[in-house]
Amino acid sequence: MRALSNNPILYWLMRNPIWGFVIVVFIFFSLSADHFFSGRNLTNIVVQTSTIGLIALGMTLVMINGNIDLSVGATLALAAAFAVDVQSWAMFATWGNWQILPAVCIALLVGILMGAINGFIVWKTGVDAFIVTLGAMLGIRGLVFVYTGESSFYAMNFAYSDFSSMTLGPFPVLAVIFVLAVLAVHWLLSRTVHGRNTYAVGGNREAAVNAGIRVGPHMMINFMLIGFLAALSGVLLSTQMGAATPNLGRDYELWVITAVVLGGTKLTGGKGDIIGTLGGVLAIGILRNGMNLMQVPAFFVYVILGSILIAVLFLDKRFNRNADGGLRL
Amino acid sequence: MTDTNTPALQLQGIVKTFPGVRALDGVDFDVRPGEVHALLGENGAGKSTLMKVLAGMYQPNEGRILIGGQPVQISNPIEAKAQGVVLIHQELSLVPEMSAAENIYLGELPRKGMGRVNWKELYARSNAILERLKCRFRAEVTVANLSIANQQMVEIARALTVDARVVVFDEPTASLTDAEKVVLFDIINDLKSQGVGIVYISHRMDEIFTLSDRITVLRDGQYRGTLTTAETDEDAVTRLMIGRSLDLSRNEAAPDFGKTMLEVRNLSCAPLFEDVSFTVREGEVVGFYGLVGAGRTEIAETLFGLRTPDSGQVFIDGQEVTIASAQDAIGLGISLVPENRKEQGLVLQMNCRDNMTLPQVHNLRAGPFLSNGAELAIFDKYRDKLEIKTPSWKQTAGVLSGGNQQKIVIGKWLSMQPRVLIVDEPTRGIDVGSKSEIHQLLRDLASQGYAVIVISSEMPEVLRVSDRIVAMYHGRVMREFEIDDVTEDSLVQAISGIKASEPA
Amino acid sequence: MLIDRLKAGGPAIAKQGILVAFILFMIVFSVMSDRFMTTGNVMSVFRQATIIGVIALGVTIVVIGGNLDLSVGSMLSFATVLVVDLHDKIGPELAIPVMVLATLCLGAINGFLIGILRLNSLIVTLGMLSVIQGLVLIYSGGQNVDIANQTDTWFRFFGRGAIFGVATPIIIFLGLALVFHVIMTRMPFGRRVIAVGGNPTASVFSGVPRSRVVFMTYLISALCVAVAAMILGSRVMGSQNNVGQGYELQVLAAVILGGTSLLGGSGSILRTVLGVLMLAFIQNGLILMGQPYYTQWLVTWAVIIIAVWLDVAAKRGRLFSPIA
Repeated sequence: MRALSNNPILYWLMRNPIWGFVIVVFIFFSLSADHFFSGRNLTNIVVQTSTIGLIALGMTLVMINGNIDLSVGATLALAAAFAVDVQSWAMFATWGNWQILPAVCIALLVGILMGAINGFIVWKTGVDAFIVTLGAMLGIRGLVFVYTGESSFYAMNFAYSDFSSMTLGPFPVLAVIFVLAVLAVHWLLSRTVHGRNTYAVGGNREAAVNAGIRVGPHMMINFMLIGFLAALSGVLLSTQMGAATPNLGRDYELWVITAVVLGGTKLTGGKGDIIGTLGGVLAIGILRNGMNLMQVPAFFVYVILGSILIAVLFLDKRFNRNADGGLRL
Repeated sequence: MTDTNTPALQLQGIVKTFPGVRALDGVDFDVRPGEVHALLGENGAGKSTLMKVLAGMYQPNEGRILIGGQPVQISNPIEAKAQGVVLIHQELSLVPEMSAAENIYLGELPRKGMGRVNWKELYARSNAILERLKCRFRAEVTVANLSIANQQMVEIARALTVDARVVVFDEPTASLTDAEKVVLFDIINDLKSQGVGIVYISHRMDEIFTLSDRITVLRDGQYRGTLTTAETDEDAVTRLMIGRSLDLSRNEAAPDFGKTMLEVRNLSCAPLFEDVSFTVREGEVVGFYGLVGAGRTEIAETLFGLRTPDSGQVFIDGQEVTIASAQDAIGLGISLVPENRKEQGLVLQMNCRDNMTLPQVHNLRAGPFLSNGAELAIFDKYRDKLEIKTPSWKQTAGVLSGGNQQKIVIGKWLSMQPRVLIVDEPTRGIDVGSKSEIHQLLRDLASQGYAVIVISSEMPEVLRVSDRIVAMYHGRVMREFEIDDVTEDSLVQAISGIKASEPA
Repeated sequence: MLIDRLKAGGPAIAKQGILVAFILFMIVFSVMSDRFMTTGNVMSVFRQATIIGVIALGVTIVVIGGNLDLSVGSMLSFATVLVVDLHDKIGPELAIPVMVLATLCLGAINGFLIGILRLNSLIVTLGMLSVIQGLVLIYSGGQNVDIANQTDTWFRFFGRGAIFGVATPIIIFLGLALVFHVIMTRMPFGRRVIAVGGNPTASVFSGVPRSRVVFMTYLISALCVAVAAMILGSRVMGSQNNVGQGYELQVLAAVILGGTSLLGGSGSILRTVLGVLMLAFIQNGLILMGQPYYTQWLVTWAVIIIAVWLDVAAKRGRLFSPIA
């Protein structure tokens, strides 16, 4: 044990087991899948991962707070619908390609607003975030259907759907956005007062209150951040599809939570980080991509991911056994 | 520093009531700059409540708080800290995943532009404080990786971030080693020499006599008096603490005990307790006395099948038994009234009757269904027997007073007709009236032939109910006393780890 | 003292609140649409609610026991695909027991991981949701399944049949609700579930076999899914391989609306029935009033949050949370 922890790389891997898994599957697919290890495929993985990944960044904040957000899939769909639809509003008809700008801004604002509603309700009513966002999941999905009238919107402006295939140098612009978002949220969580307070609120709520941290507004800000990131994810997804469908983002909340938990964030709050979450989303992304290349039916990915999730939980419990002091409850 | 005659902090006539309990009843207390003022009292005497009033966590119903001679209103811990009153909690209130520095400056992290934490300043300031406390760890380290003692140091370091006028230490040595205690005492003396007023709450006489200048004693929420340490001795303090009724309430040894019902031989569950042997006879109450953490509760949990012992034997009524679960223990006729009523004893949102019949609910049937009659019969019987005051069996257990809740738990286990009844801290957090009722009840049970074990941290309680007292220290049985032979001194020595040379 | 009163009486008021809201909704809908309060309409809404309803009964018991079950949706897909597919291969008389056993096995896995190994139920059942969805797809090869001869099989009885003019699904749902209600209120097992959910530590200190009780709640939940699958498979006479997708959260919404606390230890089967019916009638009523189908979800959103808010507010004795 001591020898292990003296080696900084091994020590780091022990603290972030999901990265060990990422490395193992990465090597495995590099050796066994023909087109896996190519620059093009690797950037492709980052792009595919970014949809879930962006939301997972926000979910990490919310879950470190000791909350959860089940409404992200619906928020994503609502933002995507706005992003595509607003472009064709009459008032922007003469704007040319600039009509994309107000559309995206409104979409992102809608995401922030949905987050703010969730956060405000959690703060003021004291109802558990699980229930509040479960309700919002149904309700916001309802808004999506009311807004879209149950049909899909298609982007008329081709610049919009071209955006997703743009590159910055050798890198797809979507990958660049995702990487920037990862860095930004990592910076927020590890370097800013708000980020550090996130751990305090989730790790010891009473201590945080006693220390004068305003827990309610703090949580609301994190809900707004996840709303923003879900909306951003929705906008980017709709550029990839050139459309927004009302069922967009179904079940994403479950994938996102899976990724975040794989990354070592605790449901009870107070523990987790962006490095782990990045490992979690990459694990899912690589597994999906690699198995796809190996022409394994997509079904097996579900089984494998679910099993890994439960296995991680089991190992975590094993290693942290002593919490109950040996009392058999 | 200003003149030492104005108290740094003064509490006058503080009254704090909770539903059904008068936790503080007109308490006066003051600390002068540069003195250590010890606050003493048994569990439930009101020390913690008083400190919470001081820290703004509770609002007093009556009375005033003066700081530096000025009356103040303290409505939350932040205001208290701003006034220079810092409370160092008995239970750690740290955030485990944050660094020591972040915990020290929790809620007040130094900032620079864009909401960023100024780490350089944070670490410099925190390390300076930790150096002042002679801590051997750096402020950068994550609190979860620190030992309990070092976590305590972080907690203390918090007090030094402000220009404190008064620092309250609530049982600070409970988890410290002797070497760490020396450091703590240095710190306290250091603070004192800087003119800070120290309030020191503790059970431990030796510490109080080493450290304090004055001693104030609380009993049952009431102010009992203030003594100057240099002019008094342990006896005088003890008398104030325990009250004059001490000698009168001593149990008279019962003459006739039955056969040995429970025998424990060399039971060990390292590191909680080791090599523990004792017996309990029918009709006998054996008191287990010791400090918190001496291993008494853990023995009870082992006998109730909730811990696996490393070695040792347990005999019930002469038969050797293995107890692997609570169901086993119940089957063998062992009942445990646990230490923590609300967490271990009751399902608070369930009604009184359902709580009481829970251990035997699968036997109270008419066909496949629950027998309402059988359940009510049990409830009625023990409600009358224990004089439980509740409007109806339908009452949610959580809304009853502490004493009545405890009686429900006791009733629950008496209704199992146990051969061995173990009662852990039977009167913790219960008002005086109910206390003596429960003491009487325990004596009555013994006289009906039950073999009873009472675990308690309160000396008058053990003296009052026990026929025999087992004194424990650090997981080991130090001495056994017959009730006729015991003195408070010898008991205190035994639980402090001092081996007596001759029986007192 | 007032706070104490509220604490004692509050949950009771909240209980009535949900009943009152239910009645109010019914009255408003009856007034707004004359087709609402017709036997035909009520029966048809009732029948449609039975799938979610039957599953909600099992989930209520899991939640009272202090846990969650998010795997019921994909478990429903699994069971429905299995029973429909096996119907033509080995006949309904064998297909049903095989399906029930297979579903119970899934429930036992949940129960083992959560009850015996004490893993977090939210994450375990989230993982199982994914695993079971994968199993369904592997089993079906991604194809939808159906029953060839839909008119001549007695299997149609569960979804399309009727007893004395009452649709079989309704009778199954109400019968099961009654049985579970009796189990939870009149039998030792129910008492133990309530105790374990209310305070697991105190339950163990009272000799309640906590692991076994939690294990059993997941078996019951799986059994309910199996029954729901029979109704669904028989009604549709076929199954998509993701037919149960999203059911887990709708079921949970009904359970929460019925006043069962996610913290465990309190809740009632009969009020879950009320929650299920309320959601179904809101949906139906809004449609009859000419609202688009999805308006119901907006109303559900508001109803869930207000219902739980009132419950929480009554327990703490003040409307707004005290946190700053």
